[in-house]
Amino acid sequence: MPRIVTDWLGEHVELPADLTAEQLAAALVKVGLEEEEVHPAAVTGPLVVGRVLELTPEPQKNGKTINWCLVDVGPEHNATQIKGVDDADVPAGGARGIVCGAHNFGVGDLVVVSLPGTVLPGGFAIASRKTYGHVSDGMICSVRELGIGDDHDGILVLTRAGFDAADLTPGQDAISLLGLGDEVLEINVTPDRGYAFSYRGVGREYSHSTGAPFTDRGLAENLTTPPPAATPDGFVVEVDDAAPIGGNVGCDRFVTRVVRGIDPSAPTPPWMKRRLEGSGMRAISLAVDVTNYVMLDLGQPLHAYDLAQVAAPIVVRRAAPGERLTTLDDADRALDGEDLLITDSPDGARGERVLGLAGVMGGASSEVSDATTDVLVEAAHFDPVSVARTARRHRLPSEAAKRFERGVDPRLPAVAAQRVVDLLVELGGGTADPAVSDLDTTTSPRPVRLDVTLPTRLSGVAYDRGTVVGILEQIGCTVTDAVSSDAVDAVRVVPPSWRPDLTEPAALVEEVVRIAGYDRIPSVLPAAPGGRGLTTSQRARRSVARALAEAGLVEVLSYPFVGEADLDALGLPADDVRRTTLRLANPLADDKPLLRADLLTTLLDTARRNVARGLGDVAVFEVGLVARPVPGTPAPPQLPVGVRPSDDDLTALVTSVPAQPRHVAGVLTGTVEPAGWWGPGRVADWADALAAARLVAERAGARVVVSADTSTMPWHPGRCAALALADGTVVGHAGELHPKVLEALDLPARAAAFEVDLDALVAAAGDAPVTAEPVSAFPAAKEDFAFVVDADVPAADVQAAVVAGAGSLLEDARLFDVFTGDQVGEGKKSLAYSLRLRAADRTLTADDVRAVRDGVVAAAAERVGAVLRG
Amino acid sequence: MSTPAPPSDHGNDRPSTEPQSIDPLDVAALDAAVDAALAAIAAASDLDELKAARTVHTGDKSPLALANRAIGGLPGPDKAAAGKNVGPRRGRVSSALAARQVELEAERDERVLVEESVDVTLPTDRRPLGARHPIELVQERVADFFVGMGWEIADGPEVEAEWFNFDALNFEPDHPARQMQDTFYVEGEGGKLSNLVLRTHTSPVQARSLLERGVPLYIACPGKVFRTDALDATHTPVFHQVEGLAVDKGLTMANLVGTLDAFARAMFGPEAKTRLRPSFFPFTEPSAEMDLWFPQKKGGAGWIEWGGCGMVNPNVLRAAGVDPEEYSGFAFGMGIERTLMLRHSIADMHDIVEGDVRFSTQFGTEI
Repeated sequence: MPRIVTDWLGEHVELPADLTAEQLAAALVKVGLEEEEVHPAAVTGPLVVGRVLELTPEPQKNGKTINWCLVDVGPEHNATQIKGVDDADVPAGGARGIVCGAHNFGVGDLVVVSLPGTVLPGGFAIASRKTYGHVSDGMICSVRELGIGDDHDGILVLTRAGFDAADLTPGQDAISLLGLGDEVLEINVTPDRGYAFSYRGVGREYSHSTGAPFTDRGLAENLTTPPPAATPDGFVVEVDDAAPIGGNVGCDRFVTRVVRGIDPSAPTPPWMKRRLEGSGMRAISLAVDVTNYVMLDLGQPLHAYDLAQVAAPIVVRRAAPGERLTTLDDADRALDGEDLLITDSPDGARGERVLGLAGVMGGASSEVSDATTDVLVEAAHFDPVSVARTARRHRLPSEAAKRFERGVDPRLPAVAAQRVVDLLVELGGGTADPAVSDLDTTTSPRPVRLDVTLPTRLSGVAYDRGTVVGILEQIGCTVTDAVSSDAVDAVRVVPPSWRPDLTEPAALVEEVVRIAGYDRIPSVLPAAPGGRGLTTSQRARRSVARALAEAGLVEVLSYPFVGEADLDALGLPADDVRRTTLRLANPLADDKPLLRADLLTTLLDTARRNVARGLGDVAVFEVGLVARPVPGTPAPPQLPVGVRPSDDDLTALVTSVPAQPRHVAGVLTGTVEPAGWWGPGRVADWADALAAARLVAERAGARVVVSADTSTMPWHPGRCAALALADGTVVGHAGELHPKVLEALDLPARAAAFEVDLDALVAAAGDAPVTAEPVSAFPAAKEDFAFVVDADVPAADVQAAVVAGAGSLLEDARLFDVFTGDQVGEGKKSLAYSLRLRAADRTLTADDVRAVRDGVVAAAAERVGAVLRG
Repeated sequence: MSTPAPPSDHGNDRPSTEPQSIDPLDVAALDAAVDAALAAIAAASDLDELKAARTVHTGDKSPLALANRAIGGLPGPDKAAAGKNVGPRRGRVSSALAARQVELEAERDERVLVEESVDVTLPTDRRPLGARHPIELVQERVADFFVGMGWEIADGPEVEAEWFNFDALNFEPDHPARQMQDTFYVEGEGGKLSNLVLRTHTSPVQARSLLERGVPLYIACPGKVFRTDALDATHTPVFHQVEGLAVDKGLTMANLVGTLDAFARAMFGPEAKTRLRPSFFPFTEPSAEMDLWFPQKKGGAGWIEWGGCGMVNPNVLRAAGVDPEEYSGFAFGMGIERTLMLRHSIADMHDIVEGDVRFSTQFGTEI
């Protein structure tokens, strides 16, 4: 994101003399340019220009030779006494003694000295120190130590770096000279405002925020040399787009200029380097630096070709199958038929040679080199969509691509090219060639009709007509009276060329409200018409989660990403429905590319993590969606933006999204009731998991039937219950986990778990209100039974028989004891039930009770072969 | 409290000393017997001693009982005198007995309660407490706020058609904004495009709701969303948002601000408020970033970023078949994790996502 060097911004808009980065940020955020970061000053403390007065090479025992230097650092900093130097030998006016290991400088050179107290980039604090038999009272700095380049070959000699000795005095502040004291504001530019990727754009916004006078350097009238019109001998450029994307030709503007006779050794001036580096860009060579400088300044991406390496005509076209290009970053790339290319025509072969990816990155072959004297400058305008796709395809988010895909002002190329020419002439000693080409098929921005009351109606702030028109003109729109039909007072707004985002009245409203200030919007709470409260499903979800928490389980959340190994660990067979998963194209972790089809796959890992952290007694649950795709389901249709789909398309959209039922799952291990002074504790087992699953069904309002399930992983085949709806649909499982699964997952033995489909439970429950039964106030009668049945008869069957046999007088039947042993016999068990009987309309008689008793005994005998214990 | 059965006047008291009959006309002897009885009653220090005294002094063989019984054998004129001698005296003894009985019972009851005292500082956590995850609790609290204003809560799928996640919300396929969302894409079958994503925001629920329910519409959509961010102290690839959408005739940005202010107060206390900064989202125009004035901010009250908002882009309304000439709307969204971290001073995202029970347990079942 753009970094703003303050004095550079000052060339576009008037700034207060001592504007801080913080103040600048405050002004810009008001109009929507958010602060990303303030980069602190690189260097603090006494960093000054010094002149080397004396230099004595001193060979050392380690083979190195160091230089003992006396450096004039100006009257303010010079010492009159130097340790180890006779006062008589100290130069008139004083100096500092400094030890230096580099050898690329000599007596008389102007260098940069960091005196004790200076802090260099990376927090490198300078102090005077004893070394090689001297007291070194500071340091002579290299480019690298100053953080302004990678060159660590030697000392920065200012006259060699483009500074004029006449402008330099020992003792002069080198921080401001090198721009190392600038705090630099980095701003965040939203994708609709490509124009703010330039000093021109940021200057304009600063002006909108503060009212400071703004000069638009992107307009031809503000250039010192106006850009010339195209000439017949201009470099020939042809656009030959055989496959425009969305009907938009890939290139609608292409300006070329030629500058000849540039001195290839001409350095980039220090002020330009400083500004480029402050803006986050490396200085490379004059021609490249100039194009980057003008891009940052105006927002127009530019390219400089070595004229000798380009053969006319330049052809802008789509890539052909099999074409390749080595880009400036030395990557060899296979090109795609949608990539828009800049090509040239060596030996008359039109468009045969690929020079670069249009608007994204140039190629290595036509790059300017240190031998280039004649430069061809390209300033073009490309289709944002084409650039965006190419940049994405080749993973090249270049500075040019960032700007083109957000929208570049199509009026800029000629102005920007002129700026490049001017700078190459001025700084490189070149000559502007009169030949100019300008291929221009751009169109004017589409006018927008705006009802002048719309800003008021959408914002709730009253703006009069003058304010609305004034603000739109201020941001660069041309506003004229529209033909106003009926009672609507409308204006015709032609947005400025740099605002391709202003295509809708609502966008113009944003401009009005933004420039007038969002802080003027009042706070008015709207009155909604009144809703229906939470849905049945939403209430059930709360009720279930609350009930589980009150039952002692702790709710956790786990990521839905799983891998094949996780499914293997659960022992799921190959044809298990939970192996039919969605796969992510770009997973965060390669070993977890799938989306879970049930919660336990990830919840078990959460339980394990808790156990591993020394929490032995764990009871956790999770409520969440799982993905249950059906193979062969057609993909959702791709439909356009901003258009209501047809009903058929909507149905196709909705039905193609995979089913994602909401599940509830839990895992229990360790004690559920701790031991204490009250007695022994109780360890979680299959029944706790089943109780929790039943609780979920109960709170969801659904009746479930429990039966043994001997074949569903990851459960123990002898300790797993299936929960089914009345119609037999299985909606969940609960029980002890399979020992192999526990071993694979490193969970304690006997850990238990459940998982149920909450959506299915809620749907089965329906939302019809409960019909209340009257409560009888007549006395109850209690009857106990103990039945002996075969050991393999499920208790639920015996219970069902008891209930059926008891008839309508039964109020409650409860199994209160299960007993096996010698008294009941081999292969048998005893089940004891306590029944509470009551009539709605009378006190029960002995005959009533006897009839119930007989009924229960008969039903139990008939249905499950039960014998009443004597 | 149980009351002991009254002492029996007849029956099976153990034989005591030989009965000493008193002449019912011998006032002095009668008074001596009364005095002895009263003294014994007063001297009884517990209910057992009192019971013994009762037997001795009012039982069948007691002097007063014998004297009473002797009245029947007296000649007529003496009967009345003897009755006057004996009756009131027996009455005095009975009263004293009853009074002493009440006193001693009270003493006994008090002593039993003292003896039954326990150590109430013993631990009583016989059943461990569970807890809800605070992310869920915050979402419920948010839902309650909006339901309280008459809004409804809408849910939707997490794996979503791209059209609902992007196109319905005015994200053009090649617009940089679509790339900024760091989207998880679902792989298609057989190398084909799936056109499915993990929703990057809960906004697709808004698009679905607009299409399904029509206008006017006032909904909030809390839920889980996904971005391809690696987990660190402040980021997580799976997180939660709440988004709100109101579409009606005549809604303005002032209504947006009013709703946000009320929401901020509900979540962060009466001093909380919001401010807007211009920004960009494809689905809103005008758009704004929303800052929250957070009174409990570390180092002093101040503004912090809370979410994004704006007036619903006309293209979003059109995609849902709503006429933007007739209806306007506002939308907003904020992170649940951020809200939770602010409200509860949570420093590290790891605590929220790792599922350590010690984290959830701090919050109980309501926040």
